[in-house]
Amino acid sequence: MNERKIHTPLTRRDARALRAGDRLLISGTLYTARDESHKRIIDLLESGKKPPFSLRDQIIYYVGPTPAPPGEIIGSAGPTTGYRMDSFTPRLICEGITATIGKGVRGPEVIAAMKEYGAVYLAALGGGGALLQSCIKAVEEIAFPDLGTEAVRRFTVVDFPVVVAIDSLGTNLYERNKA
Amino acid sequence: MRTVKTAAIRDAVAAMLSKCTIDAEPFITDSFEKALETERNPVARGFLEQLQENYRLAGQKRLPICQDTGCDAVFVELGQSVCLEGDYIEDMINEGIRRATKEAYLRASMVKDPIKRGNTGDNTPAMVHYEIVPGDTVRISVLPKGAGCENMSRIAMLRPADGIEGIKKVVLNAVVEGGGNHCPPLCIGVGIGGSFEKVASLAKAALLLPFNERSGIPHIAELEDELITMINESDVGPQGLGGDTTAIGLRVLSCPTHIASLPVAVNISCHALRRATMVL
Ligand code: SF4
Repeated sequence: MNERKIHTPLTRRDARALRAGDRLLISGTLYTARDESHKRIIDLLESGKKPPFSLRDQIIYYVGPTPAPPGEIIGSAGPTTGYRMDSFTPRLICEGITATIGKGVRGPEVIAAMKEYGAVYLAALGGGGALLQSCIKAVEEIAFPDLGTEAVRRFTVVDFPVVVAIDSLGTNLYERNKA
Repeated sequence: MRTVKTAAIRDAVAAMLSKCTIDAEPFITDSFEKALETERNPVARGFLEQLQENYRLAGQKRLPICQDTGCDAVFVELGQSVCLEGDYIEDMINEGIRRATKEAYLRASMVKDPIKRGNTGDNTPAMVHYEIVPGDTVRISVLPKGAGCENMSRIAMLRPADGIEGIKKVVLNAVVEGGGNHCPPLCIGVGIGGSFEKVASLAKAALLLPFNERSGIPHIAELEDELITMINESDVGPQGLGGDTTAIGLRVLSCPTHIASLPVAVNISCHALRRATMVL
């Protein structure tokens, strides 16, 4: 099966055209966030403040990289488990996020939001930190530097490999045996 | 009496951690190549090829194989004729971890308190397991393990009547319910027997065994083969997205138990099994 190249931003219309099982190579911008940074973004939204980046048509990558060794812009940077962010994701999708990248299955509330608004869940190679690092061409820390590895960063990526694990119709590759 | 300096234990821990988080054992990379000979699922094939590239790049760029450089289990088998000299052994083990974290650019992934949290900043403390053994050497093993797979590990206190079928069900359920969070293809350690705490440590210790060998106990060796075949027929596949390659290794350790007990523990490791042993 061939890999298809896509570019960010990813509109809701683009996201709706993706199907579970599609293999993609993403080029463009990814925003990183995981547990604590999700909590802070949601707190900002709840109190009517602006999030650290415009959420519309953007992709969030769940990652907590290792420190950059000398000569590298970032350390190993593979995906972390997605379900820990399940309670935050529907709100972010409602605000404009069209894809999240992680590893492992997501909960029903996330899938419902993906169906309603048009978003996808993408699986990147868990334990692929060195490979995925090589697709990251620029890194900018944009919020919550006190969180260390969990800070929000803007990654510029080229040909970042993912598989559509759950699409906007709710087709779920993790559940393929239970259909 | 033979004297071993605890400073040597610190240096061994630092050296082993710095290396094993970056350089995989040949067994791991060979198993990807072997899996590609038979894997039929195209998404799974894609992941296996990416894994090969990941391990190659990690070695070449001196980057950790995975960004979750783990919680460090450390096993100390202390010969009873050894006299330890120097600062307290556990402080020195933690000092070794601190060094490796700095020198190998590992991620700080430990928190001070399970409820209040708060990163310790240097990956300490280690989870240390001591055993007094015959002899005059110290055998020290490190097993840094990420949370994705550790969180999918299981313990079950079965009834003796549940037997082999009950054991198989526990192992298979742990793998299937992992839902890809444990980063298959997996290495699996299974403990059977003992008591509640013993069976968990057996399962962890099984992850230190060579995966291309089998148990010396015939019915346990047979069970190891049956379990891995069953798991690879589950279609969990690499990353949980389907395929013929779910586990690349599985070992079982067993021990005597109570007449009314059949404890089973499954300690799951992702493909990124990082481990090393040194004898001092
Ligand atoms: S389960 Fe293993 S490979 Fe997956 S993210 Fe955790 S440490 Fe890395």
